[in-house]
Amino acid sequence: MSGARQSALATLRGQIERIETAEVVHEHGRVALGHGEIDSVLKGGLARAAIHEVFCEGRQAAAATGFVMGLAGRVSARRPLLWVRQDFSEVETGALSMSGLAELGLDPRRVVTVRAADVESALRTSADALACDALGAVVLELWGETRQFDLVASRKLTLAAQGSGVTGLMLRMAAQPLPSTAETRWMLRAAHSPPGAAWSAWGAPRFDAELLRNRHGQCGRWIMEWNCDECQFSEPSTYPQPVAAAPAHRPDPAISWQRRAG
Amino acid sequence: MIHALDEAAGHLGLYIGQPLANARAMCPDLKVFDADVVADAKTLSDIADWCDRFTPLVALDPPHGLFLDITGCAHLFGGEAALLQTLVRALGRQGFAVSAAIAGTSICARTLTRQASGTIVADGGEAEAIDRFPVSALGAGEAITTGLRRAGLKSIGDVASRAPGEITARFGARFSTLLAHALGQGDAPISPRKPLPDYIVEKRFAEPIATDTMIAMTLSRLADTLIASMEKQGKGARRLEAAFFRTDGVVRAIVVETGRPVTRSAVIDRLFRERLDALADPLDPGFGFDMVRLSASRTEIVVQEQRDLDAHAHDNDELAALIDRIAARIGGKRVIVHLPEDTHIPEQAVLAAPAQHHLAAAMQAEWPVRTESEPPLRPLRLFEKPEPIKVPFATVPDGPPHQFTWRRALHAVVRVEGPERIAMEWWRQDGKQLTRDYFRIEDAEGLRFWIFRDGLYEGEVFDGDGSPASPGWYVHGLFA
Repeated sequence: MSGARQSALATLRGQIERIETAEVVHEHGRVALGHGEIDSVLKGGLARAAIHEVFCEGRQAAAATGFVMGLAGRVSARRPLLWVRQDFSEVETGALSMSGLAELGLDPRRVVTVRAADVESALRTSADALACDALGAVVLELWGETRQFDLVASRKLTLAAQGSGVTGLMLRMAAQPLPSTAETRWMLRAAHSPPGAAWSAWGAPRFDAELLRNRHGQCGRWIMEWNCDECQFSEPSTYPQPVAAAPAHRPDPAISWQRRAG
Repeated sequence: MIHALDEAAGHLGLYIGQPLANARAMCPDLKVFDADVVADAKTLSDIADWCDRFTPLVALDPPHGLFLDITGCAHLFGGEAALLQTLVRALGRQGFAVSAAIAGTSICARTLTRQASGTIVADGGEAEAIDRFPVSALGAGEAITTGLRRAGLKSIGDVASRAPGEITARFGARFSTLLAHALGQGDAPISPRKPLPDYIVEKRFAEPIATDTMIAMTLSRLADTLIASMEKQGKGARRLEAAFFRTDGVVRAIVVETGRPVTRSAVIDRLFRERLDALADPLDPGFGFDMVRLSASRTEIVVQEQRDLDAHAHDNDELAALIDRIAARIGGKRVIVHLPEDTHIPEQAVLAAPAQHHLAAAMQAEWPVRTESEPPLRPLRLFEKPEPIKVPFATVPDGPPHQFTWRRALHAVVRVEGPERIAMEWWRQDGKQLTRDYFRIEDAEGLRFWIFRDGLYEGEVFDGDGSPASPGWYVHGLFA
């Protein structure tokens, strides 16, 4: 076998390996979310240049939107954000409000919204956008179960994201997880505001986030809070902290699962 | 009434405007079809589209005329006579009866078509060419034509021989202007259907093309030529139109708009590819296109900037290009940016504007600053139309509800903050709107709502007989 042929084979193998294992991810780095346990489970934070999926039930749509906006705010690093959404989801759960976004501490000036009429055009637009390295993040918001968002579509998006370094966030409302090439997959619910006096400030976005899939680490379930002033997630401040820190690589489900009624 | 008739019917003595019963009496085996004015106008407009291949300046002269300004175009078709012949033959083959003429002024040419089709009048020969024609050929209207005939002025020459003052005094200034134009003294500009594009390039084919590859290749070659000619003058295209002329006369125009002036042919190429790809009714080549034209109908001067060192500017360019591509595929109105509006009314606080035109403005917009260390006071998701909820009762009339039903699900209120009173803008004249009291609410599940009571208690809402009614409750948004 000639040397040239061997080296060609080696190149091809290398390419396949990169596609398969998504090791490219590490070139673009990770962004810490601000929640200690989650960051350690994610090996330093949310991977850039990858696809992340956030699922929720229909009525939890606003909480999931807040979570996705938080992730997008963390990964996009002052770069523009493209929000692709289906016409239908606006009817179901309201339009993304820029005033609300500003209240979360994020910058509405950097948001460009695409109103896609159907899933096909939404998917195609997101694939295009993910290939454009000027963007910080692309959010694709889909309502309900869709046949079109299958493994092939998901692979396409992943490849585009890896090529450009743009992070793709899939917000899947009222849908069940399907096999995909996502780096992480989350199930989101709203969490109660911390108990306190009636006049105390409440209502900071608080999420009950369950990490269902993590290509490079453990899964788990945590309560997260979005800190609007510092623009990052944090541990719920008023929840009792575990006495001993849970080992980073193996979060104790008994601790992270507990939820207190408000 | 007879709306239109063919040559044979004309020979029988029928005329336009004659009552149908009279016509039937003169000619019992008359074939009658209902007039369809709309379809006629459509056909005329289609023919005008087709005529675009001769000159970009085509004007409609309803009900059945077209003006073509062929200044500077005739030599492309082998001279005026050849152009006239091509046009008449091609239309004749399609089954239209055409009378056409070329003259120095549009009115003179129109007069000629009515009496001597196929005539070409050189500049200065207008008066001589039309002076023996009857005055009806001027097309001045029934009243004036009859008036002229009664005055004994049978031909245009007769009218022209009178002093202009007399004609104006008797028939009005409009008629005398028309007459002057017909005689070649001054010309009224025609009003073309489309504005003249700044740059046009076109390609004709002896053998019509039909395949997608050929069409794409032609477009990209045309784009190269167009860019080259724009570059010389430092221009970039903001609006591009590709017109496909089918051999059977149908013309399809496809428009692409961009947010920034385009100066690279590869970009034009890509935009058209996206557009053609996403057409709801795909380009139908039929028996092939025999001409493709690419025109830049809106252009802008391009400011050359030093871009290499400024990564931010590069990003903005890339974003603008991406927006153009998406807009070409799904439509410019579907890609939007958001601009703050100076109002307290939540649903009007943000203006959604097309991103292609407002990207720069949106990037520099001034948004209201949020209060530090406060939870979000505005919901992340806002319903375009507030959704009514059922509230059984409130303990205090002005207070928040204890529970409510929204979308058939009962929500128990756990935490409340409010009211935040938002009064409607009384200085606007769009009907009487009620004052709203907004509450932030968290239910037992942790979901957070933004609900409001539409109207004050015992102040604004009344039922039929004028006694105070209880105001309605709505959910307007959802907090994260």
